[in-house]
Amino acid sequence: MGTITINGKKYEFTNEKNVLSIIRKAGIEIPTLCYQPELSVFGACRLCTVEDDRGRCFASCSEEPRDGMVIYTHTERLRKHRKLIVELLLAAHCRDCTTCDKHGKCKLQQLAYQLGVNKVRFENHREEQPVDFSSPSIVRDPNKCVLCGNCVRACSELQGIGVLGFAHRGTDAIVTPAFNRPMSETNCVGCGQCRVVCPTGALTIHHNMTEVWQALGDPNTRVVAQIAPAVRVAVSEAFGLPKGENSIGKIVAALHRMGFDQVYDTIYTADLTIMEESAEFLDRVANGGTLPLMTSCCPAWVKFVENEYPEFKPNISTCRSPQGMFSAVLKEYYRDEANAKGKKTVVVSIMPCTAKKLEAQRPDYRTYGEKDTDVVLTTKELIRMIDAHGINFETLPNEACDMPFGIGSGGGVIFGTTGGVTEAVLRRLTDGQDPNELATIAECGVRGKEGIREFTVPYKGMDVNICVASGLANAREVLESVKSGEKSYHFIEVMACPGGCVMGGGQPINGTKDVRRETRRQGLYNADSDLVIKSPHENPLMDVFYNGPFKDKTHELLHTSHHE
Amino acid sequence: MLDESYYRKTDEIIARYGKEPKALIPVMQDVQAEYRYLPGELLSYIAKQIGITETKAYSVATFYENFSFEAKGKYVIKVCDGTACHVRHSTPVLEALWKELGLSKKKHTTDDMMFTVETVSCLGACGLAPTMMVNDQVHPSMTPEKALALIEELRRNG
Repeated sequence: MGTITINGKKYEFTNEKNVLSIIRKAGIEIPTLCYQPELSVFGACRLCTVEDDRGRCFASCSEEPRDGMVIYTHTERLRKHRKLIVELLLAAHCRDCTTCDKHGKCKLQQLAYQLGVNKVRFENHREEQPVDFSSPSIVRDPNKCVLCGNCVRACSELQGIGVLGFAHRGTDAIVTPAFNRPMSETNCVGCGQCRVVCPTGALTIHHNMTEVWQALGDPNTRVVAQIAPAVRVAVSEAFGLPKGENSIGKIVAALHRMGFDQVYDTIYTADLTIMEESAEFLDRVANGGTLPLMTSCCPAWVKFVENEYPEFKPNISTCRSPQGMFSAVLKEYYRDEANAKGKKTVVVSIMPCTAKKLEAQRPDYRTYGEKDTDVVLTTKELIRMIDAHGINFETLPNEACDMPFGIGSGGGVIFGTTGGVTEAVLRRLTDGQDPNELATIAECGVRGKEGIREFTVPYKGMDVNICVASGLANAREVLESVKSGEKSYHFIEVMACPGGCVMGGGQPINGTKDVRRETRRQGLYNADSDLVIKSPHENPLMDVFYNGPFKDKTHELLHTSHHE
Repeated sequence: MLDESYYRKTDEIIARYGKEPKALIPVMQDVQAEYRYLPGELLSYIAKQIGITETKAYSVATFYENFSFEAKGKYVIKVCDGTACHVRHSTPVLEALWKELGLSKKKHTTDDMMFTVETVSCLGACGLAPTMMVNDQVHPSMTPEKALALIEELRRNG
């Protein structure tokens, strides 16, 4: 509590943990590279340095506010200081900006311009390091690293994994996995949260756009797309439309214009997931199967369990993820020559997620030995492709998905935010389409924002204990409490990214994390409200699926074994 | 793959300090004292045993010049490159040794496992600059010629 004078104006503060947050709250933008509000304070970049009335300089991120403080944020001395920091960082930095994936979005590039660094006087003495393309999710280029440590802290604090760390010292320091191993040989789950907090191009998405352009250019190939729920609320902002706006209609239209033969919405198989997963849940409850049942939609979470808690593998649902189910169904559909019409089929899934790229390569995401998903694109790649194709996204009309797999429920849409899968399961279990029942489900605790949420729902005389977690560090806490016997649940939903898929590693990064999360989450709930069908079992296509040509193949197409 | 005995020895060392994160440095030091280097497999093993990530252990081990993941030679030569030794021409001494032994900034140990050449920041014997240590013995006022003569002598001793 107290008052602090910033640039001659007084501001009240209450419980802000550092001077920097007061400065930002006052609407003054001060550059930082290593500060992330949700991570621990690191104080490495020194760009947030401010000056007090006695001429003392200190990093505002690591200074506790005191009543009566008088500080200045943009004096000539500080300008020079910041400019020199950026110049020194640039000196030891790969400066191939034009070909960098982060071009135009790079914080270092923006700062160099803002601070007027128009010449770098120092030579680069850093030895060139090889770029690591080994992970299908993330590309690591140490030559573009500024050692801010954001990725190191995100991986260990948010995700509780700690794949990346600092190694060596002084001018030799780099951020790397242990023993400088390639990312593919580490415990990396591919979630991409490191890439979300990286201010430069040191950690970027492993692109697969070229494969898609090639498939689109081949007249003998049918290119079929599926679009995940969280993608629809993260594209609009890139084209100057309101943040969090549901632009599924425009995305479908854009993909049609790019030459995709068929465009589908992954919510169709989110519905199938709910049908299968709730059946599995009831079966496990009735027949004494392994409980708690844990969701299998998130590939980073599944990989996390396989890496670190193999004893819980039998708890993970045998359902394939919605991406896996859709691709398997599509490939099966086109195995029938009457549908294939002599063309080869390439399935492209558009995901908010970098871990889905890894999932698509898993041996258990193949049907009859054939890879189900051919290419996974992230939302970021989709945006780049729309741009590259010269499409004026803002003015596109809305178009609907194609048939025969083009209908999904609101329960499927909310898969993209934490708690969504659970909410959809509850809709299925309570057979609810009644507004009051839907409202009761929405208010049972499933929609909260905390990283770990627990609640109990009555179901046919039984109290179902549910836990919803997002962020793998939280998931670890939940698993430890189950392991020790301290907690007992029937159902656990985990999404690896804090906030769920809307905050996935493949999503664009604009504005603050809080705003991104809130607008996208709200966007999905609005999209749910707009849909006539709320519950998966009300989807008319479910009946077609279970009684149509796939009726004897549900196991092969929709399930996998994470255990093998 | 290391022999099982390495892991048993490491278990013994860990038992001296307890399975806690703070035991990392003393355990690494004792393992290195035992084998004259810190085998990477053992570092991963230590990390797991004391409950820290492998990345963290690697981070600490690479921070300190003292820890080495490579097996060291019979004679470990430390050329001082502290300020006093540096201004009194320690660099030619180092370069003469590198040239004679076919070593470099990247390659520290000869293929026959006889010599390891490294630099240190100060041996605390600035009055004798430029200095050099061979295992535990200090050699004062070095010149490239004296260094090469010393190598000859060590080779003769085998």
